[in-house]
Amino acid sequence: MIINHPILGPRDSQEFTYLGDAALIDRPDWQAEDAADQFHDYLYLRDNPAGEHRELWFHEQGDRSWLVVTRNTVTHEILNVELARDAARARGRSK
Amino acid sequence: MRYSGLKVIKEALTGHKGWRPTWRDPEPKKSYDVVIIGGGGHGLATAYYLAKNHGITNVAVIEKGWIGGGNVGRNTTIIRSNYLLDGNEPFYELSLKLWEGLEQDFNYNAMVSQRGILNLVHTDAQRDAARRRGNAMILNGSDAELLDTDGVRAMYPFLNFNDARFPIKGGLLHRRGGTVRHDAVAWGYARGADLRGVDIIQNCEVTGFKIENGKCLGVETTKGFIGANKVASCVAGSSSRVMEKAGMRLPIESHVLQAFVSEGLKPVLDGVITFGAGHFYCSQSDKGGLVFGGDLDMYNSYAQRGNLPVVEDVMEGGMALIPALGRVRMLRSWGGIMDMSMDGSPFIDKTHVDGLYFNGGWCYGGFKATPASGWCYAHLLATDTPHKVASAYRLDRFRRGCMIDEKGQGAQPNLH
Repeated sequence: MIINHPILGPRDSQEFTYLGDAALIDRPDWQAEDAADQFHDYLYLRDNPAGEHRELWFHEQGDRSWLVVTRNTVTHEILNVELARDAARARGRSK
Repeated sequence: MRYSGLKVIKEALTGHKGWRPTWRDPEPKKSYDVVIIGGGGHGLATAYYLAKNHGITNVAVIEKGWIGGGNVGRNTTIIRSNYLLDGNEPFYELSLKLWEGLEQDFNYNAMVSQRGILNLVHTDAQRDAARRRGNAMILNGSDAELLDTDGVRAMYPFLNFNDARFPIKGGLLHRRGGTVRHDAVAWGYARGADLRGVDIIQNCEVTGFKIENGKCLGVETTKGFIGANKVASCVAGSSSRVMEKAGMRLPIESHVLQAFVSEGLKPVLDGVITFGAGHFYCSQSDKGGLVFGGDLDMYNSYAQRGNLPVVEDVMEGGMALIPALGRVRMLRSWGGIMDMSMDGSPFIDKTHVDGLYFNGGWCYGGFKATPASGWCYAHLLATDTPHKVASAYRLDRFRRGCMIDEKGQGAQPNLH
């Protein structure tokens, strides 16, 4: 698979390390009333869809950036690639 | 019809006109005591033991395609009981004991072959880990022998003992481990279940569940609604997709694992060798092909095929261990989709929906578990209490902090 890095251009997926569902960006609030339940779901439960899946890839052997890759888990087709930083900022995380 | 040597000779002399289909092909009834979703090894074994051990025969096994066409037909056929942790080892030891008596039990030749499994070690630390694992296995009634380099050399002189990175310093030998003819396992269980009255319904896909007031009343299928007192999901690889229809999220990701078969060779490898440090394992099938595999492709996939980088990685591992492999041609490869659970261990449990049961999350250990999985799942379905060797396989174990993390990787399914 070729991942089209937003800064560096097309890169072989072998340069990356896979973490999993991009929902991991949305870390729960540890001070919430139901923090234990939220962290259980966050850490252990997954949607695991057959089809489009947003997921986190780490460019470990490159510029060490985190990417959010939208990929079809049935065909392995990559539909969209963005910097995880941008995805997190768009959701109001970080400054 | 019972199979025997005498029967084979009689049929050979009379033109093979007396063989009958191994199982019926019935239309589904309106309702059953138990409906099992998934006609793979685990589903068929569950039906078989429900009928045989518990006398529950008003059972249907519903399969989307043909029976045995999923992961039981797509694996490397290895059986073993060489786990370390208390939650696992007694379960896999029960499974191996059932494998040992399987053919006599269901009167079907599954070609169970206890040819021995050798896990190679390459460092002092690995040897310590192997010794600890071996002791844990022996404590749980399994068998283990620690070999030194000469012991390994006597068995497999063609291995690359002087690899600079991973010199072979010995191995943990599990003599009762081995291989089985995987398709025959599905067929043997199907026949045994069918003979006891279980309906095996193929080409019938479950499209939804009928759940009212927290109770599961049956399943919607492409052949209409089928009522059931109990519905048992057993569709490893597709667990998330099926259980989503019942409104459940699971601690599971689906990943692909590739395996390979070489051209047929004369007998060169009589046992199973695993090269954990290089991510490679190998055995030789009775037809002569070398059967081998390595790591997951590492990312979520339902594609039932792999990608080339892992093919290259596995071949490199193989060449590092057995340089003679370089002269062997690859015949075919395949990718199986597995439920990779968050700790690398499976689930056999009731769900929060009354009458709905779940079996899955087998990672790449599903084939060896087939008899014990069916045995324990049938026990759970019949008695509503977990079997004692499967009592750790609960869906809520993460919430309770009771993970069974054989590899110590934490909640990282692609690393197990």
